[in-house]
Amino acid sequence: MNGPGQIWTLMWTFGLMSLFAVGGANSAIPEMHRVAVDINHWMTDRQFADVFAISQLSPGPNVLIVTLIGYSVAGFLGAIAATLAMCGPTAILAYYVSRLLVRSSSSRWPAIIQAALVPLSIGLMAASALILARTSDNSWMALLITIAAAILATATRLSPLWMMAVGGLLGFAGVI
Amino acid sequence: MELFLAFAKMSLAGFGGVLGWARRAIVDQHRWMTAEEFNETFALCHILPGPNIVNLSFVFGSRFGGFAGGCAAFAGLIGPPMLIATVLAALYARFGDLDALRRALAGVACAAVGLLIAVVLRMMLPLIRKRDAIGMLILVAVLIAIGVLKLPLPAVLLIAIPSSLVITYFWRMRGQA
Repeated sequence: MNGPGQIWTLMWTFGLMSLFAVGGANSAIPEMHRVAVDINHWMTDRQFADVFAISQLSPGPNVLIVTLIGYSVAGFLGAIAATLAMCGPTAILAYYVSRLLVRSSSSRWPAIIQAALVPLSIGLMAASALILARTSDNSWMALLITIAAAILATATRLSPLWMMAVGGLLGFAGVI
Repeated sequence: MELFLAFAKMSLAGFGGVLGWARRAIVDQHRWMTAEEFNETFALCHILPGPNIVNLSFVFGSRFGGFAGGCAAFAGLIGPPMLIATVLAALYARFGDLDALRRALAGVACAAVGLLIAVVLRMMLPLIRKRDAIGMLILVAVLIAIGVLKLPLPAVLLIAIPSSLVITYFWRMRGQA
């Protein structure tokens, strides 16, 4: 399934998707899931959950999940193609808009746009959490780990790495 | 080059989100921007679509070094983590079938979902404090459309963005009147 056709599909898919990723890469996770699992059958539900876990484990911006999906579809070139397609167009868009704004500042439109988009992007991220929970929380124990991590991360300033490490250990021990 | 190194450093330090590190490096350490300038730039990158910290790197870099500066910051932010992620992906492709690894990854995924929920809760707090009913309504509508009905993202946004803009605009007008 390797080939220029796959690379092209990846670039086209993620390039387009990036323009709809309001609020960051995490907002686009439901769409990634829909495209990668439901439509193109690039990976299974379980592989998608694994890829998400790996992307959270590695340092760097969370757009890396796109790198991993690209790799699993078309290898090294796929990883690069998918990442650049996801980041390039919007970065250039941001560049031009910021230059435009520097010239004609002091409008109140940015504030209104932001107020309108913030609830949208939170809703998208909540949907991401819901879909990921559905793919990875297949048992009561798994659900319990998710809830515990959510509470700990909300209430304390504990490093997220610890919680992922504990989750990984519990999984390794076969508790889940 | 300095831009490349600075952004490479902050992205490698940033587990689960680079924003905090970016602020520390740009505002506190290098004093390239004041906190206000940083907030403004970030707000802009947050309005625009796409991975916002990546957008920020490009906008920021280009302000100092033109187009080349933007590319340097962008490459620094994305390049090194991308290599690491690719290596991890290759390892996963080879060993992903091992049972122990699958179990461990499943555990990590559970915890990571919890972390994402925590991020969502933290972002919701201001809306709840302000008793922003409109905002909560939009939030829940999007959550149902995408998360439960699994509608395609472009279609949902083409309807949700204009309606949210219109509602917010008139709500503010009313508030001022």
